Amino acid sequence: MFVHLAGALPLAAIVFSALTGRLGVNPIQEIEQQLGRAALYFLVASLAVTPVYTVTGWQALLPRRRALGLYSFFYACLHLLTFAGLDYSFNIPQILNLLTQKRYIFVGSLAFLLLLLLAVTSFDYFIRRMPMIWKRLHWIVYPTGVLAIIHFAWARKGTLMQLRGDIIQPFLWGILLFTLLVLRLPPLRKAIFQLRQRILVRRSTHRSRETSKV
Amino acid sequence: MEPQLKHLEIPSSEITPEGLFLSRRDWLKVAGIVSAGALLAACSPKLRRITETGPTSRNLTPSPVPENAQVLTTDELGDSINTFDEITNYNNYYEFSTAKNAVSSLVKDFNTIPWTVEVGGLVENPKTWSIEELLELDQKERIYRLRCVEAWSMVIPWTGFQLSDLLMKALPLGSARYVEFTTLSDKKQMPGQGNPLYPWPYTEGLRLDEAMQRLTILATGLYGKPLPSQDGAPLRLVVPWKYGFKSIKAIVRIRLTEERPQTFWNIIAPDEYGFYSNVNPNVDHPRWSQKTERRIGELERRDTLMFNGYESEVSALYKGMDLSQDY
Repeated sequence: MFVHLAGALPLAAIVFSALTGRLGVNPIQEIEQQLGRAALYFLVASLAVTPVYTVTGWQALLPRRRALGLYSFFYACLHLLTFAGLDYSFNIPQILNLLTQKRYIFVGSLAFLLLLLLAVTSFDYFIRRMPMIWKRLHWIVYPTGVLAIIHFAWARKGTLMQLRGDIIQPFLWGILLFTLLVLRLPPLRKAIFQLRQRILVRRSTHRSRETSKV
Repeated sequence: MEPQLKHLEIPSSEITPEGLFLSRRDWLKVAGIVSAGALLAACSPKLRRITETGPTSRNLTPSPVPENAQVLTTDELGDSINTFDEITNYNNYYEFSTAKNAVSSLVKDFNTIPWTVEVGGLVENPKTWSIEELLELDQKERIYRLRCVEAWSMVIPWTGFQLSDLLMKALPLGSARYVEFTTLSDKKQMPGQGNPLYPWPYTEGLRLDEAMQRLTILATGLYGKPLPSQDGAPLRLVVPWKYGFKSIKAIVRIRLTEERPQTFWNIIAPDEYGFYSNVNPNVDHPRWSQKTERRIGELERRDTLMFNGYESEVSALYKGMDLSQDY
């Protein structure tokens, strides 16, 4: 399946880089950052599914949304393991101290916990058992995305609020996430849907006029 | 201490013109620091005159070395020097790229000759030095630790001369309190300077006594060879007890000032990057911890040392200061 190929790609790239010495001079940080980025890509991809459908009518991604979300969780787990294990050698007191004292790690951990909740409840069993609240529960993915971007921005040397320093990447991902979230707002969704319908109708009447001329 | 200082005092009758030299008090301070530094030579970073090109990699056996030369492979704490490869392929040099491993390929056409450094401001002898003239000053190899504010570090065998040598030739006026440094401003050679998110050109500053400190050098070489462009060629500052961003690269201007100079990272985020930026495990960055660091090449993190391990040499400069306020 195409999604699983995409899902395996970031990990394969990292393994390849590791085996061919392409991880550079600080390999632990390189691995940590690539895994974090992969988690973000898949999270944003899962959030892009509905807006893409709204704007283009492309349905193929809809059943893949869960897989995309789970890949995000998968890479978030590896990212966390790299941080706790490779970077901080499972020094629990040190890690706990960082978690509680350093806000970018706190925010990242929070995002991870939310992803964990989403991953665990993503199974059909839960959809069946609590259909009413399941949808609302999975709206948690929105603040998770925001927390992930903040975690990303806060790990950099720069200030997002004043737009100074090395924050262009988190900023752009933030803009993308914002756009995807805005496109889900019911009035906007409806407007885009109706616009698309009108374009399709116009195209088909134009075509029928053409054929009738002949 | 008195006997050592007396021979450095210049009788006022021999000073012409009057008032243009350092005031007596400043001169004594300078002399005191210089002689105190000499007294601490036993536990100081390793100094040696270059007689031989050092190894370019930890694993290469160096070519035959004359008996009187010392080939050093560690810093004064016994930690290995990082390899030439590591030092030249992991660079925070945003004038070229924010990707640390990309800088080395982007600097291939960077011109370091001809190069001039304008030394001026509140000095008696302003002068524009060519890089050739600067290379005639007494160059020594110094193996220093460099600790980045991002919490990674390396041990680097610089070649360079003491900044105080240059400043004493310029003769700072009594009113001079700070030294300001400026990097080349050239968007064509340094495409990153077109990025509006940063306050180009890169500027840095030191308090005059920090600048006169024995450890502060202007580096011109690495591993006994001319400084590679990605490491700040042809001339860069190295202040080993401060976070790496204070060690400004590709310097074109050095100015003595009365007011504290603006510094690049302080302009970007004043509550995160202070003027002093002394390496201090007790004062965290607002967003991340400074208690540990990743020494490049090592698997386990290390505890960060106060003043990057140079406490005995420099702590006197900050006596009575609250370093959590003057970060």
